Amino acid sequence: MRFLLVEDNAKLATSISERLTLDGHVVDHAAEISTAQDYVATADYDMILLDIMLPDGDGRDFLNEHRGRQDDTPVIVLTARSEVSDRVGVLDLGADDYITKPFDFSELEARCRAVMRRKSGGVTNAKRFGDLVFDPLAGTLKIGSKTVTLRNKELRLLEIFFSAPDVIFSKTKLVDRLFSYNEDVSENAIEVYVARLRRHISASSVQIVTVRGLGYRLSLT
Amino acid sequence: MNEVANISGSIRRRLTLQLLGIAAVLAALLFVMVMAYAKQVAEESQDNILSASATAILDSAAIQSGEVTVDIPYSALSMLGNVSDDRVFYRVVADGDYLTGYESLPETTPPRGQENRQFLTSHYLGESIRMVSATRRLSNAAGPVEVTVSVAQTLKRQRETLERISTNAAYIGFGFFIAAALLAVLAAQSAVRPVQALANSVSRRGPQDLRAVQAPVPGEMAPLVDALNRFMARLKKSLSRSEEFIAEAAHRIRTPLAVLRTQAEIALRRVERPENRAALKEMIRAIDESSRAAGQLLDHAMVSFRTDHLEVREINLLELAEETLERQRPLAEMQDKTLSLQGEVPPPIRGDVILIQNALSNILDNAIKYAPEGEDIDVTVACEDSWVVLKVCDQGPGFAPEDIEKLTERFSRGKNAQDTVGSGLGLTIAEEVAQAHGGHLKLSNRKNTRGACVSFYFPQS
Amino acid sequence: MRILLFPSVLIVLVASLLSAHAFEIEQHKIFPARYEGATLRIISNSDIDIFAPMVEAFQRRYPSVSVDYTVVSSTELMKALYDEKQVFDVAISSAMDLQVKLANDGFTRPHSSSVAELMPDWARWRDHVFAFTQEPASVVYSKSAFAGLEVPTSRQDLIATLRNHPERFQNKVGTYDIRESGLGFLFATEDARTSDTFWRLNEVMGTLNAKLYCCSADMISGITSGELVLAYNVLGSYASARAANDPDIGILHLEDFTTLMLRSAIIPVGAEHPEVAGTFIDELITAYWSKEGADYYPYPKLDRSDVAPNLSQRAIRLGPGLLVYQDNLKRQNFLREWQNAIIQR
Repeated sequence: MRFLLVEDNAKLATSISERLTLDGHVVDHAAEISTAQDYVATADYDMILLDIMLPDGDGRDFLNEHRGRQDDTPVIVLTARSEVSDRVGVLDLGADDYITKPFDFSELEARCRAVMRRKSGGVTNAKRFGDLVFDPLAGTLKIGSKTVTLRNKELRLLEIFFSAPDVIFSKTKLVDRLFSYNEDVSENAIEVYVARLRRHISASSVQIVTVRGLGYRLSLT
Repeated sequence: MNEVANISGSIRRRLTLQLLGIAAVLAALLFVMVMAYAKQVAEESQDNILSASATAILDSAAIQSGEVTVDIPYSALSMLGNVSDDRVFYRVVADGDYLTGYESLPETTPPRGQENRQFLTSHYLGESIRMVSATRRLSNAAGPVEVTVSVAQTLKRQRETLERISTNAAYIGFGFFIAAALLAVLAAQSAVRPVQALANSVSRRGPQDLRAVQAPVPGEMAPLVDALNRFMARLKKSLSRSEEFIAEAAHRIRTPLAVLRTQAEIALRRVERPENRAALKEMIRAIDESSRAAGQLLDHAMVSFRTDHLEVREINLLELAEETLERQRPLAEMQDKTLSLQGEVPPPIRGDVILIQNALSNILDNAIKYAPEGEDIDVTVACEDSWVVLKVCDQGPGFAPEDIEKLTERFSRGKNAQDTVGSGLGLTIAEEVAQAHGGHLKLSNRKNTRGACVSFYFPQS
Repeated sequence: MRILLFPSVLIVLVASLLSAHAFEIEQHKIFPARYEGATLRIISNSDIDIFAPMVEAFQRRYPSVSVDYTVVSSTELMKALYDEKQVFDVAISSAMDLQVKLANDGFTRPHSSSVAELMPDWARWRDHVFAFTQEPASVVYSKSAFAGLEVPTSRQDLIATLRNHPERFQNKVGTYDIRESGLGFLFATEDARTSDTFWRLNEVMGTLNAKLYCCSADMISGITSGELVLAYNVLGSYASARAANDPDIGILHLEDFTTLMLRSAIIPVGAEHPEVAGTFIDELITAYWSKEGADYYPYPKLDRSDVAPNLSQRAIRLGPGLLVYQDNLKRQNFLREWQNAIIQR
């Protein structure tokens, strides 16, 4: 995904950019409203992460203007103030969601997904691999014409494999991406989810292959 | 907080006593004045009739064969008998020579100028008398003769009249005093009523209500009310300053925590060694705990502040719950937990949307944190008697029975949740919000299955 | 017939202080008590015969009180008390003016009577003078001597009758010598005050050479003896008593007005037994004014019938008005006029 991060704190901006990049996202960073406006004018973003307190103005002004331009790009507000009235205020101004600093990136991801799912309005963004048709936003998986119901963790796991088929993911990496860091899970817990996912797709031409000592990869049979 | 006021006297008692004192003085004054006036009237009426009698006798004076003679009219003395039982004395003197009557009556001073009446209070035959003398000049062959008629009466009647009037005046004075006393009590009561009204209105207030007293008060109480208002304003300012301080402090630590947390996550991605990873995870958890605590402190400060001036409007609790659940759903989904909402549209309640959302968010947040993965959180909206009940149930371990009482206390945490991020502040916030709306919070465990329930009871509007 | 020149009371006061017992006693009687006790000294102008039942009734109730009863004329009574300061416990007199004078001038002592509410206000004065009779001044005549004449009903009638029949009435008319009789003087002054007919009547009586008497009893005796045909201003109470025995005696209460005299009692200031005196006076009051009255009461009893009061009856009011005719000048003038009218010889 392509993010525009509007955040004046340089350290935080750098960290967030770096962290999102680790998950394969592309991040542009604007430290001021004016810069942000330049970015929005020249490029399309999947998501705007917007800080409220900015050196050249209030993030809510940007939001207001952004919505005024009929720009549909979803906005998640990053706020350090946790006052509900502030949060509700930004929702009223057209933000799609907000998240309080410091945040768990898995929560951010979850919220992004929820926002994008709402925004997509049923337009499929499905990916194919073998006879699997997977729409991570809608959370649907089809084997041929047959729909399989997956639970959230299974969806997320499948999404990780789908993002890079045939690439080996270590157990550690999978745990890192699948679980929030304050969830106390061992790496073996991943085997449970892999086993479930294997069961769901056993009827397809795709399988999750165990690469001994390294991890798992998604491959065609 | 429960220190008893240092009481010195009572305004009402003092006012009553002062008014009673004034009433007593006025009653005494009334008595004295009535008596003085009555005495004057009694004396005047006696003087008038004595004058009339003297004049009648004087009118009968004539010169006959060169001698002064008087033919006292019957009525001259009987008229005195008509009005009283008093003894009557008279004397007729012509040019200083005794003519008839009671010779030894007190002497009168010679008349001066035009005034031909003289009044005298004296003693005669062992009794006090009032005497009137009238003088007239008759013409004799030998020249003018001055005839003086004195008529005197004892003062028994006047004394009796005054005694009667004094008794009546005493009754009137006493009656006046009683009436004044009743009015004094009423006046004192009505005078202190504004004070009591103020005291009642202040003591009726909720603990967070620091608004200025707006109700009209008498001018004399304005300084007190002003002082009270100023004091409350100062208190409120200092409270809101401390709330602002908490907000500011929380805000200040959030951004560095965010940097720290993000970098910890990045580091975690890059390190392989389990002990390093464990250390980083520990760090992230600690950061989460601090930020959650800060968030709840902020929420609590906000709730405390906002309960002072609720932005009350009609609320459909089902709608509100739905919106709040929507916000929490991504968090629940992350852990494969389902948030479900059940219930029909309840009667509206009157309340502050933001406060109720905040309280519900805190409870949902707790539930999402504590419920085992993959299990559901059920929210129901229902009516119970005159209450609209918003109930949040999880499938977690439930409350320890001995904790149910204690749990709503600030910062107390359930024993079953000691190792989970978060604090019992969420319940405290919920409790305060429920109370600010005239309701209450109820904690329970699910009947037939595992799980804890938190119920908000809001009164129907 | 004594013609007593009435002296100035005040002048006599000085003169008579020298004599210990100068007043003239007509009758005297002691009513001894059954038991030893106080002696109540009464001075009165009521005859013993008439008044005795009252005393005896009192003694029945208070058997330890002896009563020393002295009868004098009203003028002598005044003299005894006013001038001589004689010691008496009760003074009873028909001369209301003199009783009032005594009370007014401080010769009486107050008595707060426990039965005072029985009597009307006008029947007592200052808690000093208490009236216990109402006796009319009547015309008494000889029925036989009046034969053939219409009995007059008013003073006008009486004047006409006298004037039209001088042959019957010449030297045969009697009335009080008011110079001598206190009661006669009182009746005369009341008459004079009430109506002018009094003077015309006196003039007519003068032309008939009226005889003058000291007392009612003498006048009634005059009627029974044939000395008189008619007597004016006789005490009706005495006449009624005598008429009971002598059918020839006729009593007239003139309709234009009839003066009522109130016999009264006082307690002289020098009384030795004022409490007993008070008790005695209360007995008198009760005997006349109480609802029950008393059988022994010797004077005309109070008319308690519901019949409308006889408006022609005028009770003399106790009060200072009575002092007017006690005034020296007034008295002298009145007596002079009276003499001019009635003594025409």
